[in-house]
Amino acid sequence: MPRRGDLGRRGRVSSPADVLVVGASAAGLATVEALRRKGYSGRVTVLGAEAHLPYDRPPLSKQVLAGDWEPERARLRPPDALSSLDAEFLLGDSAVSLDAATRTVRTAAGRVLTAEAVVIATGLRPRTLPGQENLAGVHVLRTLDDTLALRADVWPGSRVVVVGDGVLGSEIAATLSAMGARVTLTGPQPAPMAMQFGPLAAGLLARLHTERGVELRLGTATIGLVGKNGRIAGVQLADGTVLPADVVVVAFGAAPVTEWLSGSGLRCDNGVVCDSRCRAADGIYAAGDVARWHHETFDSLLRLENRTNATEQAVAVAGNILGEDRPYAPVPYFWTNQFDARIHVHGLLPADAEVSIVDGSPEDRRFVADYRVDGELVGVLGWNMPKQARQRRADIARVLTPSG
Amino acid sequence: MKVTVDEEKCCGAGTCVLLAPAVFDQRDEDGIVILLDERPGEDLHAIVREAASVCPGAAISVGEDA
Repeated sequence: MPRRGDLGRRGRVSSPADVLVVGASAAGLATVEALRRKGYSGRVTVLGAEAHLPYDRPPLSKQVLAGDWEPERARLRPPDALSSLDAEFLLGDSAVSLDAATRTVRTAAGRVLTAEAVVIATGLRPRTLPGQENLAGVHVLRTLDDTLALRADVWPGSRVVVVGDGVLGSEIAATLSAMGARVTLTGPQPAPMAMQFGPLAAGLLARLHTERGVELRLGTATIGLVGKNGRIAGVQLADGTVLPADVVVVAFGAAPVTEWLSGSGLRCDNGVVCDSRCRAADGIYAAGDVARWHHETFDSLLRLENRTNATEQAVAVAGNILGEDRPYAPVPYFWTNQFDARIHVHGLLPADAEVSIVDGSPEDRRFVADYRVDGELVGVLGWNMPKQARQRRADIARVLTPSG
Repeated sequence: MKVTVDEEKCCGAGTCVLLAPAVFDQRDEDGIVILLDERPGEDLHAIVREAASVCPGAAISVGEDA
């Protein structure tokens, strides 16, 4: 049970003696930073499956893949900033089980870690196609190592097929195309990111990709991979076509990393199911891509796979660990950079929303669009107008934030 | 406190402006961060540290004054 701890100048607030954070990426690191910022002086341990110091994922599909940044530039914090957190980082070791009743985590290397509060921030693992692990030249992109392996496999003129027309697949297609690869983007939607953006912005994105030389083979499902002598040769589509490929990137979604929680006593259903305080059980919380929590305004379980959610949810979790007892009810936000388009989305863009341009013009590739449902502003999309889109966020917040 | 920003890492989310509008702004043309006050007063230290921590581009650093 949580016991009283000394929080220094913030006074005495209910807080655990020690905190274990499972996951050393954006959400895990932000949890530790928020705990310390809020005055927590107890023991903090961070367990990270990857051997690298905490690094940022959004640059992987952009600057790191393109080779514009050395991998070190994607680090979330310089080493001295990490050491100033006074937390123990156990890197290159992954959690294999959790006992929720005793808050005990066992690791692949044989460690047994317990703490009065445990934060689950284990993120996502990319979905794969059957047989891809046995074929050279087939890649996913989630980690830094994935990114460097893909980069090493692509050369100017190589034929790349990106399977997946969501944000990650579209970004990878744009980056590899700009690097001189001959890229085909395939997926089930009528245009890249059609589900996320709606027809207007997705149509513009399709135009942009086409202008820049990406071949779009959309509106058709992928059946599987075709190999030859242990190496990828092509991608087979539902319409019978085989797209020839030297390299294939599989980017059609990812699943929360929760296998290690089977038998833990926690409810896992498309993520770690949490209450509105991001609490999965007594003394156990989840943050970031892996967390599916009760969003009080939407009155439903929500799981967000985006970068700002990782850190904002971490701040909420840190506060609730320290007894703030506040619901986490954010206005969702994500951005994507593809070629010269910087696209920012605040709120929700439902398929049935009425879309109107409120600033700039799509012809100039610089505009802000409002998305309304029953006249209420529920989302805003900015295309090369990040500030102007963000300025409308407060109007969405009024609708999406719980009153009182 | 000394605040620094890395324009190249900035993604233009504007998270920092929402938290600390006295310290951060964004350029009208491309949304990149503008640092208004590189040595904010003590009353702003906590919120500036939060802005640095939650910045989705990891573009804000906070150091101590020499």
